[in-house]
Amino acid sequence: MEFEAVIGLEVHAQLLTNSKAFCSCTTKFGSEPNSHTCPICQGMPGSLPVFNKTALEYTVLMAIACNCQINGVSRFARKNYYYPDLPKNYQISQYELPVAEHGWIDVDTSSGIKRIGITRIHMEEDAGKLIHDEHKPISYVDLNRTGVPLIEIVSEPDIKTTEEATAYLKSLRSILVYLGICDGNMEEGSFRCDANVSIRPKGQTSLGTKTELKNMNSFKNVQKGLQYEIERHTEVLRDGGSIVQETRLFDPSTGATVSMRSKEQAHDYRYFPDPDLLPLKVESDLIEKMKLALPELPRQKRDRFVRDLGIPEYDAGVLTAERSLAQFFEDTVTIFPNPKSVSNWIMTEFMRAAKGQDPGTISSPVTPANLAKLLSMIEEGTISGKIGKTVFDEMWVSGKSPDQIVREKGLVQVSDVSELTDVIKKILTENPGEVSRYLAGKTQLLAFFVGQTMRATRGKANPQVVNEILLAELNKLID
Amino acid sequence: MSNLYEKTATQLAGLLLDKKISSVEITQAVLDRISTLEPMIHSFVNTYPDLALAMAKDADRRIEEGTAGPLTGIPIAIKDNMCLKSRKTTCGSKILANFSPPYDATVVKSVKDEGMVILGSANMDEFAMGSSTETSCWGPTKNPWDTERTPGGSSGGSAAAVACGQATVALGSDTGGSIRLPASFCGVTGIKPTYGSVSRFGLVAYASSLDQIGPLARDVSDIALLLNLLCRHDPMDSTSVPIQHPDFTTFLDKSVSGMTLGVPVEFFNKLGNEDVEKSLSDARKVFEKLGVKFVELSLPSLDYGIAAYYVIAPCEASSNLARYDGVKYGHRAEQFDGMIDMYCRTRAEGFGPEVKRRIMLGTYALSSGYYDAYYLKAAKIRTLITKDFKKAFESCDGIFSPVAPAPAFRIGEKIDDPIQMYLTDVFTIPVNMAGLPGISCPAGLSRDGLPIGMQLIASHFQESKLVQLVAAFQRETDHHLKHPAI
Repeated sequence: MEFEAVIGLEVHAQLLTNSKAFCSCTTKFGSEPNSHTCPICQGMPGSLPVFNKTALEYTVLMAIACNCQINGVSRFARKNYYYPDLPKNYQISQYELPVAEHGWIDVDTSSGIKRIGITRIHMEEDAGKLIHDEHKPISYVDLNRTGVPLIEIVSEPDIKTTEEATAYLKSLRSILVYLGICDGNMEEGSFRCDANVSIRPKGQTSLGTKTELKNMNSFKNVQKGLQYEIERHTEVLRDGGSIVQETRLFDPSTGATVSMRSKEQAHDYRYFPDPDLLPLKVESDLIEKMKLALPELPRQKRDRFVRDLGIPEYDAGVLTAERSLAQFFEDTVTIFPNPKSVSNWIMTEFMRAAKGQDPGTISSPVTPANLAKLLSMIEEGTISGKIGKTVFDEMWVSGKSPDQIVREKGLVQVSDVSELTDVIKKILTENPGEVSRYLAGKTQLLAFFVGQTMRATRGKANPQVVNEILLAELNKLID
Repeated sequence: MSNLYEKTATQLAGLLLDKKISSVEITQAVLDRISTLEPMIHSFVNTYPDLALAMAKDADRRIEEGTAGPLTGIPIAIKDNMCLKSRKTTCGSKILANFSPPYDATVVKSVKDEGMVILGSANMDEFAMGSSTETSCWGPTKNPWDTERTPGGSSGGSAAAVACGQATVALGSDTGGSIRLPASFCGVTGIKPTYGSVSRFGLVAYASSLDQIGPLARDVSDIALLLNLLCRHDPMDSTSVPIQHPDFTTFLDKSVSGMTLGVPVEFFNKLGNEDVEKSLSDARKVFEKLGVKFVELSLPSLDYGIAAYYVIAPCEASSNLARYDGVKYGHRAEQFDGMIDMYCRTRAEGFGPEVKRRIMLGTYALSSGYYDAYYLKAAKIRTLITKDFKKAFESCDGIFSPVAPAPAFRIGEKIDDPIQMYLTDVFTIPVNMAGLPGISCPAGLSRDGLPIGMQLIASHFQESKLVQLVAAFQRETDHHLKHPAI
């Protein structure tokens, strides 16, 4: 029997607001434990939440980008569970009435465009972090992250393969980063993903028993975790067993998933409307304002690059995957209007130099203006393309402008015919054996003479001019 | 000058303004009264004589400088559930016995800014859950009129202190009658303002959608002064309503002739206590003499008030009280085996039986599969109660009602019978359910010499009408001038 997987993803994205969702503490990451806390996010008796309106604006922006219906009135609800990183022992979230519902995004897969439904987008507050002592049975609580605004984006169970899952996640992340509302950092946890997985015989419409997967903190781990889980389900069913509904943890060190809690142990969150917060009204004015504020999204940008700048679809896809990269590309093209050449350089030299950096936050010592300058120097023949690559590497290391580097290192291309003719004559004189073999018909030796000339000029010779002079000089010797 | 502790804030303010007396003298007189009576009454959880005298000195300086407000230098007791920075705020609970908040509640800040003199924290039922102040982990407060009886609850400490001169005025909180019932049992005047009038920031939550802070005093003039201080929009409380409140003291001298009071038949049908009936009918005659008209009306949904309240309030409480887990502050069990065991033991040791009862009720009612049958149904009843009141206020300015079915009961009489205890609040609970303002003021004494209160209820943000009506009533009567013999 052939099985197919059914996957639904729950994505949590930290919003890039300056202050927390319900108090005025900063959301800055990486400070002294508990330095960004106050009675409100510490859950002190008597403290009350006041909602940060910027978080709503960001959520509405995402809802629009995901083609969602936005509810005119939504409600905050309390999700009740006990854990030391949750100081009130309830999380302010949304339940019955989220900010947005019924959306979709299109993602590209190897078998074409796939539309994936978005069930809902709701707002909630993040929890703190526990730090466990390695030697003693003590845990410490850091509440700096407590109360940082999150949105949860829940997909429909429309995803059928791990490839689709990864494509969907990358698209969501890209949209969030484009909107400037989330930094999309999976390692630091500002973009997190849980998955619901089940399998069913192909052609069957009802769903199989699902398991929930947690703790996959990279795209690769999401793929591995899902793959493992689909294979596990398939094996269990093939062996005549049945899937137990449970929550499972992905273990990155083994690539396997392990049971965390069963359905019977599942929390009863006892959701109810939070009486400390009024129903949240989303005025149509705000929606209109956010529609106007909506930047160009990755797919639109990609299509425009193909359509207006004439670069191949593949290049456009790579360049628009990250907003910062696309911006770099466009800034360079504005100064040096040869999109294909710019794209080639970014996709080869630039990406090679930036290897190892998070693609979303590449810090490039080379500015668009300097890259444009370099490309025009090559186009004008001031330097060769080969020298250009050397200059680029130097630019990446020192941050200097290409003309400064070319000047300092004396890399200006030599195109002067008389200067090059002298060099070439000398080479032909010094290599009589090769010359006679060339004249005897071994014309491949032209490359040898070009190489010698380049060596003698330390690469600065204009190869085209060298070719022309060589042919002329060798022809003279035939006579 | 004798018996400074018996004077009202309005009287004392006049004496202070005329420099006939200092705040230090008033404060000392009240502190002496506290020392004398505390062993018998136990109105306070903690008193701060040094703080009070320092604040009084500060107040005298402000009076001297001419920067005093109408309540500067007046001693006040604060219910033990309002955060008092760096002082104990225990909510009458063992679980917060050692808790000192790092911030002041908004109302405490207002009190301090005004230059009032904070005497200490007043005793209360644990987490404001009770109608007798017997559930306090610090032991019960006694009714100054009869120390074998309860002062009512949950703001029993606040009401008893005002009644016997241990404080000139006090702050209480009212979730189902917790200001009005003790005011009635102790013969003082107390108001629960409209939900959203007074900031809840820093009020340790019992049931957030019902809790409201309000003042207790010896007459309505003092209530008006305190409402002026308390009724302000607070951006720290999302449920605080941004409206401009009137100067309540301007309603103290207004005529009530031509006003209409509604009499809900359901309330009076329930009464079986002759003393209460007599006081209420006497009060009605006073109002009629003043030109107030009475109309009978029906509030049918109010019959479900207690049932719905005992779903909604425990649901909210079960969540509000989840934070007391021994992790961050308050009591933590000494012996435990792992995290869950720490939670369990801490809470088992820290909470009293009534709090546990309500946490369990609320946890059950919110559980998956029961939510619709309990919480949602109760919320619907709440809407119906609000509608009933709205309709009633189309034909009257206020509703005239008893506060409690009977005068103060004996300590121990109902503590083991929760249902009987809950029924004490039958007339006050619907007011919280609808978020309306309600005032309780003395309307006479029973044949046993126990105070009996009358309740007036007005439409949302119509506290001024309650002030106007009670002021007129107190001009005509002397019930509010009677003091316990203690």
